Amino acid sequence: MNRHLISAGDLSRDDAILILDTAEELASVEGRAIRKLPTLRGLTVVNLFYEDSTRTRTSFEAAAKRLSADVINFSAKGSSVAKGESLKDTALTLEAMGADAVVIRHQASGAPRRLTDWVSGSVVNAGDGTHEHPTQALLDAFTMRQRLGRAEGIGLHGSGADRRGQGLDGLRVTIVGDVLHSRVARSNVLLLSTLGAQVTLVAPPTLMPLAVETWPCRASYDFDAELRKSDVVMMLRVQQERMSAAYFPTVREYRRRYGLDAGRMALLPEHAIVMHPGPMNRGVEIAAEVADSDRSTIVAQVANGVTVRMAVLYLLLGGATEGAA
Amino acid sequence: MCAMRPEPVHEPGPSGQGPGGQAPGGQGPGGTGDPGVLARPSAPRPGGEGWKAVLTPEEIRRALTRIAHEILERTHGGEGIVLLGIPTRGVYLARRLATRIGEFEGTTAPVGSLDVTMHRDDLRLRPARALQRTQVPPDGVDGKTVVLVDDVLFSGRTIRAALDALNDLGRPRAVQLAVLVDRGHRELPIRADYVGKNLPTAHREKVRVQLAEIDGEDSVLLGEVDQ
Repeated sequence: MNRHLISAGDLSRDDAILILDTAEELASVEGRAIRKLPTLRGLTVVNLFYEDSTRTRTSFEAAAKRLSADVINFSAKGSSVAKGESLKDTALTLEAMGADAVVIRHQASGAPRRLTDWVSGSVVNAGDGTHEHPTQALLDAFTMRQRLGRAEGIGLHGSGADRRGQGLDGLRVTIVGDVLHSRVARSNVLLLSTLGAQVTLVAPPTLMPLAVETWPCRASYDFDAELRKSDVVMMLRVQQERMSAAYFPTVREYRRRYGLDAGRMALLPEHAIVMHPGPMNRGVEIAAEVADSDRSTIVAQVANGVTVRMAVLYLLLGGATEGAA
Repeated sequence: MCAMRPEPVHEPGPSGQGPGGQAPGGQGPGGTGDPGVLARPSAPRPGGEGWKAVLTPEEIRRALTRIAHEILERTHGGEGIVLLGIPTRGVYLARRLATRIGEFEGTTAPVGSLDVTMHRDDLRLRPARALQRTQVPPDGVDGKTVVLVDDVLFSGRTIRAALDALNDLGRPRAVQLAVLVDRGHRELPIRADYVGKNLPTAHREKVRVQLAEIDGEDSVLLGEVDQ
């Protein structure tokens, strides 16, 4: 493993499986009398959030606390960032405070990579602009392995211990929606292809990235055709805050062509699951009845987020810090 | 296909399998207090693989049978016991003990595993390690007599970590320790309740337990590894 987690593309197959297997074991801590491990005692994890986030920040905070690390939350609002402090100066401040890891979310793609030059601790990318969100991809992969571990015909058999060491070979994953602005989609394409899954992106032509043919996946504009051959459908949020131009005529038209409603869900194979990274726009990309159905893993994804992030923090911080200043 | 899974070993693996030397014959494994001086092994052959068998499969079988009987004696027929093996090889030993206890008494002793990685005191000395399974029997450990099972007792640090890990799982009525080999050199005030074999060693020597379940054969090897 690298010392930082910036991109899902930095993870080898062995790294990714190690993270998933570690998370599998850490999940059992949930059911114990004492849901805390002493492993990162005395270490400090800083959550540096330049963008609003409830789910990811609380998830990282819970993960660090379950491992007994001290957590400092630093959000751009109400801090000296609002007074115009640069990322570098903020980083140097955190460095002086002795941060062993910095979890950063930033509106600028590439900010976490820059941060690695300025801090000596590990940097974990919690979402940068429209670039990547690797821990989301890891928790999605974990959820797929958990939910489809016993499904027929996709090469993932057995349960419990048998899932360990396995990738997602042959799993057919369709990612639908605003791929252009989605860091979740980018990280998922990279990670899932590393794990052996076949990823298909479905989006309106205006929301499909230009260089998508260089990505390790297929692209399609026909949602209904892809649904019939999907083990996993991942719906992306329509990111109104990142849309400065008109990418589709009306929300109604988008919903008709790319929204997942009960009728479309019926086209899916029987074992298939529906995922959404949240927060959802109910009634836009996903119908309420789909979001609340048994096939939806949206709540499981949140729970798995904590264990996967515990695994990442443990593997980055739990051992010897070789090469650290 | 499988990811590499470094184990939390307390001694490095052998450079090769060379159970060439003769086993200490005749001297069956002694009781818990047996200092075992008669079994002191000679130095490994300089030209060989550097590993010498100190326990044969037969001796391992007899030692485990005796430990199973001792556990039954000490716990009044195995009432309320839970066997928790420490991965990797402690888990297989715990299962073997449970099988024997089942044969002797006709009862089933609950078996589980207890990974101590997250509680170790030497985590910062090596790169982060993969975790092993922790599986607690459905009835839990509260009010039970937990018998921890490990292959080699050395510094005692693994057992200290195990006691901490156990503390987070519940509150056993009592905790006991069974080991196949006690090689001495304790660094903490910890002792075993059941010992398969007391094996006096030099600090620089390495002890390696091999079990049929994962290593293909049963043996205990002693080797001198260059520092």
